[in-house]
Amino acid sequence: MSPKQKKTLYRIITAGVIYGILLIWSHMDSYAELIEGRWLEPLVFLVPFLLAGYDIVLKAIKNICHGQIFDENFLMLVAGIGAYGIQEYSEAVAVIIFYQVGELFQSYAVGKSRKSIADMMDICPEYANLETEDGSTEETDPDDVEIGSIIVIKPGEKVPLDCVVLSGESFIDTSALTGESVPRRATVGSEVFSGSVNGNGLLRCRTTKAYEDSTVSKILELVENASSRKSQHENFIHKFAKYYTPIVTIGAVLLAITPSIITGNWAEWIRRACTFLVISCPCALVISVPMGFFGGIGAASSIGVLVKGSNYLEAVAGVKTVCFDKTGTLTKGEFKVNGIYPDGISEQELMNLAVMAEKNSTHPVARAICDAANGIVSGTDKSNTASSQDGSSALLSDYTEIPGQGISVKVDGEEILAGNDKLMLAKGIAFTPVEQTGTIVYVTKAGKYQGAIVISDSIKEESIDALVSLKSTGVNKCVLLTGDKKNQAEAVVNELSKDIKKKHPGFIGKLIDEIKSELYPQDKVACVEQYIGELNGVGKVAFAGDGINDSPVLSRADIGIAMGSLGSDAAIEAADVVIMDDNPAKISAVMRIASKTLRIVKQNIVFALSVKFLVLILGALGFASMWAAVFADVGVAVLAILNSMRALKVDQAK
Amino acid sequence: MKKKIKLQDLDCANCAQKMEDAIKKIDGVNDASVSFMTQKMTIDADDERFEAIMDEVVKVCKKVEPDCVILR
Repeated sequence: MSPKQKKTLYRIITAGVIYGILLIWSHMDSYAELIEGRWLEPLVFLVPFLLAGYDIVLKAIKNICHGQIFDENFLMLVAGIGAYGIQEYSEAVAVIIFYQVGELFQSYAVGKSRKSIADMMDICPEYANLETEDGSTEETDPDDVEIGSIIVIKPGEKVPLDCVVLSGESFIDTSALTGESVPRRATVGSEVFSGSVNGNGLLRCRTTKAYEDSTVSKILELVENASSRKSQHENFIHKFAKYYTPIVTIGAVLLAITPSIITGNWAEWIRRACTFLVISCPCALVISVPMGFFGGIGAASSIGVLVKGSNYLEAVAGVKTVCFDKTGTLTKGEFKVNGIYPDGISEQELMNLAVMAEKNSTHPVARAICDAANGIVSGTDKSNTASSQDGSSALLSDYTEIPGQGISVKVDGEEILAGNDKLMLAKGIAFTPVEQTGTIVYVTKAGKYQGAIVISDSIKEESIDALVSLKSTGVNKCVLLTGDKKNQAEAVVNELSKDIKKKHPGFIGKLIDEIKSELYPQDKVACVEQYIGELNGVGKVAFAGDGINDSPVLSRADIGIAMGSLGSDAAIEAADVVIMDDNPAKISAVMRIASKTLRIVKQNIVFALSVKFLVLILGALGFASMWAAVFADVGVAVLAILNSMRALKVDQAK
Repeated sequence: MKKKIKLQDLDCANCAQKMEDAIKKIDGVNDASVSFMTQKMTIDADDERFEAIMDEVVKVCKKVEPDCVILR
């Protein structure tokens, strides 16, 4: 509790004690003799009243002077004066004390909620170890470190700035950024991001960005700004609040005056009107609804998903169709040798032959082959010699690239071919076609078939789980949109769907409902528009891609989700939801968070509104005392706030 | 020019709303947003008159919630 809050608490307790004493005394004879009915009575009760509520009185007066008449303070003041006017002194004091208790609790709860989010977002590094000219390190404010400086990150420290490792090796915990608990390996040349935590190794790095542009700053800014993009529910509450207070206040005035003129029973009707005034504050809603969304956004960021606005969180809960980009989203986006089929020779010998043909090509397929054969090989090693595993070197000559078919090269005079089936047919060489899907490189030597190598992208292990859980979270359709060829797309879907019964026995239906291939970016936009039309307002369409060339689609979809964005500024800019690591399973996780948040917000709205209206009616009919009214108002606010705090917690899904 | 300003002692969510509406009405302000949860205010207004506009903003906010301090 803040000092101000503590002071208020003591005032309330003291006032409460005095009030309690007065109440007890009021049942004794001495009270009836000395106080009751006399001018002393209102004065005596004025003590706890002012002790608990003097700030309300002051604020009300100040605000009236500034032209702000209809605020909570004024209304409570009028209710209090009203109660005094009809000689219900104890009720007046009770009302004020209750109200203050409620306000105190409210501000405490808000403070706690803010602190929870602040703690969650406490990924800010406080210092950087800047290396000085003489090699020693100096603790510096990360803000002051220039790009290109050398910093040292000790074991266990928070990485202060985005940088590249110059020396050292360690494991980095990125859970604060990605929500991922598996540490990432960092060696020379690795990019390391601010906000992550260093493991056991000492790292010496060169910074690549200034502090204000670093990953951690960007994330913090995004989450902060997210609460200013208001959701539909928040806008509704805002409008509602504007009308509610004046209407209820006017209602109170009417309620006080009209029946009184008719029946003459002013005391009773003023009393009832005061009840109205007490309920007229919409605070419960105005605080709890934004707080709910704030909690939801905080919860999402704790699992490494940045939602850029409350409106997007709201929309995410209603996603019915999800469109996926293929390469890099459902697949790893890395081309690797995935199958080696030698014919009469060993695997190593086949790879050696292939490398001799491919080593001077920059094609990703060539790179994949070279990487696989020789470990990590520099792609720019353009030479005319090749060394095979046994150390002997051979002379390469007549290197020719045949477009659309492959590569031909002469090694020690013998012709080596590496290419697709078209190349084989063109050269009239018999070969054994390989069934595996992917890019197939057939290799021949001196006109004789030597074998085939299959290069393909592999699916992410999480993709299957991701698709299954999406279907169970209420998504009706999952679509694959890719610029790749039809058979490649279908192959990926088959790969994902195979063994589905074994991995997820309860799963019914298709993992991917539709495949659209060979699309240009504008075609993807058209597809998304088609799905939006299909849903016709009932549900939203999301598109998940890697952001680099998907900007138009990300913008057009109801929700644009960018994946694997650690380090990608372009993706963070273009998308509405950013998944910091590559994991597509996070999509359903954030959908669950969004649904939970919306549920909580709706619960609060329904609860608060119904209780308020109920008490208004009861109050008008005389069945609710001012006590009850204050309780309803304050109690509802407190309960709504407590409920909203639940939005911060992430339910651990199986 | 868009600027983010920190607020102190913003205790009433209703007041935050009122402040936001009032600031938006100030001449020269393109857009404004007051966040009760983060206690921050974002104002997008004309570059040249920004300081003068800020003075207006402070005045308007004092009217709505006198206790709230704007940390310029």
